[in-house]
Amino acid sequence: MPPALAIPAIAGLVFLVLPLFGLLWRAPWSTLPERLAEPGILAALRLSLLTATLATAVSLVLGVPLAWVLARTEFPGRRFVRALVTVPLVLPPVVGGVALLLVFGRRGLLGGWLDSTFGVSLPFTTAGVVVAEAFVAMPFLVISVEGALRGADSRYEEAAATLGAGRWTAFRRVTLPLIAPGVAAGGVLCWARALGEFGATITFAGNFPGRTQTMPLAVYLALEQDVDAAIVLSLLLLVVSVVILAALRDKWVAA
Amino acid sequence: MTLDAHLVVTRPGFTLDLALTAEAGEVVALLGPNGAGKTTALRALAGLTALDDGHVTLDGVRLDGEPPEHRRIGVVFQDYLLFPHLTALDNVAFGPRCRRVPRREARETAREWLMRVGLAEHVRKKPRQLSGGQAQRVALARALAAEPKLLLLDEPLAALDARTRLDTRAALRGHLASFPGATVLVTHDPLDALMLADRLVIVEDGRIVQSGDAAEITARPRTDYVARLVGLNLYRGRADGTTVRLPDGFSLVTAVPQEGGVFVAFPPSAVSLFAARPEGSPRNTWPATVTSVSRHGDALRIELTGPIQLAADVTPAAAVQLSLEPGREVWATVKATEATAYPA
Repeated sequence: MPPALAIPAIAGLVFLVLPLFGLLWRAPWSTLPERLAEPGILAALRLSLLTATLATAVSLVLGVPLAWVLARTEFPGRRFVRALVTVPLVLPPVVGGVALLLVFGRRGLLGGWLDSTFGVSLPFTTAGVVVAEAFVAMPFLVISVEGALRGADSRYEEAAATLGAGRWTAFRRVTLPLIAPGVAAGGVLCWARALGEFGATITFAGNFPGRTQTMPLAVYLALEQDVDAAIVLSLLLLVVSVVILAALRDKWVAA
Repeated sequence: MTLDAHLVVTRPGFTLDLALTAEAGEVVALLGPNGAGKTTALRALAGLTALDDGHVTLDGVRLDGEPPEHRRIGVVFQDYLLFPHLTALDNVAFGPRCRRVPRREARETAREWLMRVGLAEHVRKKPRQLSGGQAQRVALARALAAEPKLLLLDEPLAALDARTRLDTRAALRGHLASFPGATVLVTHDPLDALMLADRLVIVEDGRIVQSGDAAEITARPRTDYVARLVGLNLYRGRADGTTVRLPDGFSLVTAVPQEGGVFVAFPPSAVSLFAARPEGSPRNTWPATVTSVSRHGDALRIELTGPIQLAADVTPAAAVQLSLEPGREVWATVKATEATAYPA
């Protein structure tokens, strides 16, 4: 290994791993069990897992078809639409949260209509958390699935068509199974991003314990009052995401 | 199940324009060099490539506006395109399932088809566990199980090794014979075309240059490609009785008189080579220079240049005796009785 590559590589690895060691080193191991048993922590964890999973489900239902349209159809302005989809990737999440408020807020573009017609109000609710997380995380899924679709041989779809399959049947029975690993990878990325979502959530859904206070929000809040509590929460978030990602990786994303 | 099609597909620098018919039970081979547009023609028939003009009519029904899934045109693709995530059985059951046949019934149909192509023991295998010949047969069964009115085969044997090819070709011939609809097969291999097809359509540069049955095409080629394919020397000229004048002024003498534009063809084995100008009967005698010597079965194939480009077959003994090698100057003769002339 040439040193010009080896030294930065090792430095990079240390840089990425060191903060995690810091977390483990400073963790209040002796009081860990009773701290974990505090009701607020479990509530935040449950809410985080629930909203991240729902946000991933929403992203799958809307994002996979969107990826298909981007990858398999030709229409004027397709490149522009593709660029729009990636905007939430580069947009600061707080700005995303503000934008969501302007649309779904009580006096927002759609919010007023949703409220008067269905009696639904998204901001500062658990559903609002899901919306915020999906907004930020869905582009990861769309990009990943679109890449998988472009990599998949579209001639299989042609073969399906010659056997009498319409585009929907071909998609469901041929394309989707072929790109399943890409969808799973995209789903995992999306879920992980949703689990860690902070900016858009706190802006759009607020910080109400038990209702909209997810783990990252709880960590941030705890840091101002009780550093040890923040460390415990962080540690828990770390363990949960690593365990779930590892499990999913073995099961679905076997490369 | 009669096909009547006129396919026009325009690409930058290439135009496909060919009229094609096929009767029920007939096997028509599109034969031509690579890049001639054969596969494009097949895709246009199947609806996978849009026509720029023309029509596709099957049993009197216009199909060119229909998407592929409504055409009932089966395709065996060159690399088969078996769905990798489905077993052989489910691959074959795919067509019936698309026509809303219940799952069990579709699988039963698929099982019968796989049995018919001799793969009863391989129903549970995934495509990657199948050999090339087996995959080809699954692809054929899959296309036929969808009960197409027209069957299209794109280079059906090209991906197979020589040995498998021989067996598969014989089996394929049998299956095509029992298929009630019309079949169009695309190949660049004249042997496949001659063995499998009732009628050959020769395509060059997106156009039909010749069509007919095997005997007709092998006896009377109309382009250099076809002549090379069937191993004949071919020239085009104007006949005045038994003398055919070629464009560059050279003349060939034939046995049967003709008038006007004609082709003259003779096999390389009809050419004799001599070290010196021969005495006696042959009317077609001219000096030529050897450009290459190669093996051709038991004989040697000698390519010569001179007033006309020429291929000659000689025995190895004769080649040694004449010391034939590139650059050697010899005399070539062809008997008038060996040179066939036919109208262009």
